[in-house]
Amino acid sequence: MAMNNGNNGKSKRVIGKPFRKVDARAKCTGQTRFADDIALPRMLFCKMLRSPVPHALIKSIDTSKAERLPGVVAVLTGKELPIPYGILPVSQDEHALCIDKVRFIGDPVAAVAAIDEDTAFDAINLIEVEYEPLEKIATIEEALTIQEPRIHDYGAEGNVHKKVSLEFGDIEAGFAEADLVREDVFFYEGNTHLPLEQHAAVAHFDADNKLTLWSSTQTPHYVHRALAKVLEMPASHIRVIATPNGGGFGGKSDPFNHEIVVAKLAMITGRPVKITLTREEVFYCHRGRHPVLMWVKTGVKRDGAITAMHFRSFLDGGAYGSYGVASTFYTGALQTVTYNVPRYKFEGARVFTNKPPCGPKRGHGTPQPRFALEVHLDKIAEELGIDPVDIRRRHLVPPHSITANYLRIGTMGLDKCIDKIVEASDWKKKFRQLGYGKGIGLACSSYICGAGLPIYWNNMPHSGVQLRLDRQGGVCVMCGSTDIGQGSDSILAYIIAEVLGIDPFDIRVVTADTDLTPVDLGSYSSRVTLMTGNAAVQAAERAKELLAKAVAEKLDVPADNLAFADRRVFDVENPEYGVTFAEAIQLAESKFGTIGTVGSYTPPRSPGRYKGAGVGPSPAYSYSAAVAEVDVDADTGIVTVERVWIAHDIGQSINPALVMGQVEGSVYMGLGEALMEEMAYRANRNLVHKFPSMLEYKSPTTLEMCDVKTFLIEDPDPNGPFGAKEVGQGPLLPVPPAVVNAIYDAVGVRIDEVPATPEKVLAAIRAKAQGKEARYGPRSVPDIAWPEPIKVPTPAEGGDGKEIPRVAVHAGE
Amino acid sequence: MAKRKKEKVHIQFTVNGEAVEVAFAPHKTLLEVLREDMGLTGTKHGCELGECGVCTVLVDGQPVLSCLLLGLDVEAREVTTIEGVATAEGLHPLQETFADLGAAQCGYCTPGFILVAKELLEKNPAPSRDEIKEALAGNLCRCTGYIKIYEAVELAAARMRGEQVEPAREIVYGYE
Amino acid sequence: MMRLPKFDYRVAKKVSDAVKMMNDAGTDAMFVAGGTDLYPNMKRRQQTPKTVISVARIRDLHAIKGDGKSGMMIGASVSLTEICEHPIINRDYPVLANAARLISTPILRNMGTIGGNLLLDTRCNYYDQNFEWRRGINFCMKKDGEICWVAPSSPKCWAVQSSDLAPVIVALGARVRLVSSVTDRLVDAAGLYNSDGINYLHKMPGELLTEIYLPPVNGTRAVYKKLRRRGSFDFPVLGVAAAIDVACDGTINDAKLILGGVAPAPIEVKEAEELLIGQPFDEERIQAAAEAAYVKARPLDNTDFVMGWRKQMTRPFVVRALEELI
Repeated sequence: MAMNNGNNGKSKRVIGKPFRKVDARAKCTGQTRFADDIALPRMLFCKMLRSPVPHALIKSIDTSKAERLPGVVAVLTGKELPIPYGILPVSQDEHALCIDKVRFIGDPVAAVAAIDEDTAFDAINLIEVEYEPLEKIATIEEALTIQEPRIHDYGAEGNVHKKVSLEFGDIEAGFAEADLVREDVFFYEGNTHLPLEQHAAVAHFDADNKLTLWSSTQTPHYVHRALAKVLEMPASHIRVIATPNGGGFGGKSDPFNHEIVVAKLAMITGRPVKITLTREEVFYCHRGRHPVLMWVKTGVKRDGAITAMHFRSFLDGGAYGSYGVASTFYTGALQTVTYNVPRYKFEGARVFTNKPPCGPKRGHGTPQPRFALEVHLDKIAEELGIDPVDIRRRHLVPPHSITANYLRIGTMGLDKCIDKIVEASDWKKKFRQLGYGKGIGLACSSYICGAGLPIYWNNMPHSGVQLRLDRQGGVCVMCGSTDIGQGSDSILAYIIAEVLGIDPFDIRVVTADTDLTPVDLGSYSSRVTLMTGNAAVQAAERAKELLAKAVAEKLDVPADNLAFADRRVFDVENPEYGVTFAEAIQLAESKFGTIGTVGSYTPPRSPGRYKGAGVGPSPAYSYSAAVAEVDVDADTGIVTVERVWIAHDIGQSINPALVMGQVEGSVYMGLGEALMEEMAYRANRNLVHKFPSMLEYKSPTTLEMCDVKTFLIEDPDPNGPFGAKEVGQGPLLPVPPAVVNAIYDAVGVRIDEVPATPEKVLAAIRAKAQGKEARYGPRSVPDIAWPEPIKVPTPAEGGDGKEIPRVAVHAGE
Repeated sequence: MAKRKKEKVHIQFTVNGEAVEVAFAPHKTLLEVLREDMGLTGTKHGCELGECGVCTVLVDGQPVLSCLLLGLDVEAREVTTIEGVATAEGLHPLQETFADLGAAQCGYCTPGFILVAKELLEKNPAPSRDEIKEALAGNLCRCTGYIKIYEAVELAAARMRGEQVEPAREIVYGYE
Repeated sequence: MMRLPKFDYRVAKKVSDAVKMMNDAGTDAMFVAGGTDLYPNMKRRQQTPKTVISVARIRDLHAIKGDGKSGMMIGASVSLTEICEHPIINRDYPVLANAARLISTPILRNMGTIGGNLLLDTRCNYYDQNFEWRRGINFCMKKDGEICWVAPSSPKCWAVQSSDLAPVIVALGARVRLVSSVTDRLVDAAGLYNSDGINYLHKMPGELLTEIYLPPVNGTRAVYKKLRRRGSFDFPVLGVAAAIDVACDGTINDAKLILGGVAPAPIEVKEAEELLIGQPFDEERIQAAAEAAYVKARPLDNTDFVMGWRKQMTRPFVVRALEELI
């Protein structure tokens, strides 16, 4: 059955129009209440004591002095919260407070609730912890070679968290067919979200023994689950309210130790407890971009057609699992969704190190391989003597097709994206012709519109929307989705307003409250517009149907002839003849009783049936193409990005102004990653974070941000609400490789590592001048034993999405 | 519980045009006084060390960082926070254009940007794009890439100069 | 939220009051003007004065007098924004206004003062960290510890002079006035700074910087170049201040070349100055001066960027500074 995505072919009054966000006024007048803005009577303040050592056993914790400090109400240690948790069912490896071991500088070991923050600060410094240091594991290479001590006692082996190996089709045959086989090695440094709002949470344990937690989280549903587990409370006694996030970018997507700690302290003290992290602590929460070392080998025909690709990635996961298993798969999943890759092999390994844990940051696991792939293709194009535009444009993945790794492609607007930016940037006149120091570079990308599978296995919808229609004409929409600034609250209002023919500002939007709103899995993986949007369409269509039935009866007009617009329901053939929207509700309520409807959304099943097929499938894929123009100061290596032209295949804009904002914001974040942002640690000094501050973690200011020329490509996707696809993450992906390809065009050196800092660029320029390899980047990847790959015949080979069953080698295995 | 000695200071100053008296611990910054002692939580904070611009307020019309100014230092002075930018007549033109163009995404840096832009437009009614960038170089934003913010400032400036203007098509829909 | 520790706060209305308050408060007291350097340090517990004496409201310290002919006097509590915008400073000492425009951000320049910038605490990314972070490395000799982490065998602290105005006033040959309850003296700007990250000033704790005296211009032209990652917020990781007086015949009468951001004090590159003075001002001399500066600059690994690259940047930055003065 074809899904009703709202796209009935009629002209739209709300969809595609640049309405204000429903919360815009509050945000521009200082009225939006973020988590730290909440103050409750008798509220206590929490601070957490964090490990000053990177890897150690906890021998003892003495809290007695802190407990005696006037103003301290409670002191908490890990033994009171013994149950582990974690975002993924396979990585339940975190404790709210470390019990017997610390794994990075910043790992919390104790917490205090006091009458004010000053007292709490003084108190944590009175807690005495005795540590027995363990050898620290600082890098991917160390993690692969140091078997003992293990940071965790689970995982693949030693300090390897996860290894995956997947092979789709006969890649050796593919390489044999190729006219050119090229190998390259790349490194993408880790970086962090740096939301301007520091994480904060307030917990309240009320007289009915029920717990409420307000938190700046992108995933209230998962926080809800973690609290129920760790606190050993029925989930029905816990309410999690996600406050508007002052920036998320993936950094507020895990259940966090501080959320659990304030909940526990509220239960112990019977008073509300608040914690607001310092900026330094936000760096320790991290969950940002994994540093990834990559090797890619690609076979191509003379015309650039790919015959086979083999990709390896090594992820530095930091101290905990977080989303890392998914991140690992994501470094291998989306290579196939832009250009036609008929045979593909992926091997990935994630290791544990004694650093803050990595996780999902905008683009989750895909900007790193995208960087590698797009620079690799640039090199292949040069070797073949093909324009980088042509090598991509000629070999795009076909729309409505299935890739070698069984991802179902829907609409595919990358051809149009490329054409737009090539023309607008005057590429043909500029490429290799701008003169020394000036350059232009191109890259493309694709991203998922929501993950096809939930984080924990279940058959329930990924998103639910509930609608209540009031006899006075009011409409209230309730949904678990969380607005992190991307505008998801507004998207709900726009979609419902479109279907019901009312103004978006007529609608009351209630979101992200586990007591009041149906589950939505959270604001991650670019899923919200597509999934809550489809659920909202369904809920609104159901309400519309009830109203139409009642109005049809009253007006004696067939329900199909009724139109909903301008806050009226009327006969399309005689628009004067109708009722107001409020009257329509009254008629419906008289006929059916209280009017409330629900809608829900479950993504279509993916054709992949092999082990590991869970990461990569999506209802739809967005596409982006970008051209960057740079100026490289050859005396210093300083790179200035002057302009980025970017085209994004959005399917259909629900609100183009918000789409533009997401594109520009993605370009910004990609620019920061390309040029300056990095999580750096001092391996020789206890593995401290080198500079956990806004000043020294360099994020671009107004003066570094480039000009952006944005083009929106609209080709509605049947799986998106009104045809909409994602925009929050995808447009980040092409920016780092486009910048690095432009640096090559400018000064003839390859920077196979981001950030492309001046030091690296100048080193490469000098190497070139000395006749050495005109390149900066890693030379090789570690040679490790990979598991026997899961072998899956491709669709072209007649595969059915299942892996080839393995023959048991050892009896009894 | 043991007795805690806590001496508060008591000062008068003007906030958003209104004379106020407030008592607070003397080592508190203006940021803390506004948020914690006066409930004016529109002023946000991102680092409390002068490294992000989020906590900007106007003191005697000039943008300053409330995280690095003692509450005591605003005695007898005029403080404007985001809560005081709109008037009884309605939103300030900057608030209108920030809202219309989506220049406030998560909205956390927005109060600081609006206050700095307000002061800029009072000094310079027709700033160039470069002058806007320069004036806003002390405010970090992680959502917008600053572009919608520039466009909102330019549109508000034009409207404040009395021009009847709507945003250019490419700002809202992209280039064709 | 990062909060200030508790302290006594005094506001002086006159210089004589300020220095008396300091005298009365004893060793655990500090002056504050804009607070943009001291308060972050206090929040991080790098500096923990028991008493803080504000000099921001001393009217005399807000005075700006004179011009390029007579020389100028600038009060120490004049804000950096005022320096940026002052018409006579812009006309006669544009290098000072230009350097001030490169400091931090427009908002911080509204708060920060010229005196505060000149006395800016030396910076080091082993030192400019929260208390908890510093405890993680067992502190450093500049605060609470024993060792200089950037140069563990060094007996002295290598925190970096990070003021943009310090190299400029040294290059200009300015003098500063220091007043205490018992002394009142004028010192050469060059003599104010000491190449030790802890005792980085030749100034007694009780002395208040009250005025900066810029000498008459007399044909000297000066320029300042700043290296940093971003166009705002960031402290210099290399600053080049150059002042040149060229005779009518094109030979250099006098030259000053000062490097900031690479040592605990501004470094005068006398070798470069000697290569320039008495010589024609041409590309060859500029290259030679840049080479001399390159040799002299020895940045360490305690700021943004890789130290080797910072050292290499001395050459192009000196070249660009001097070329602008030809």
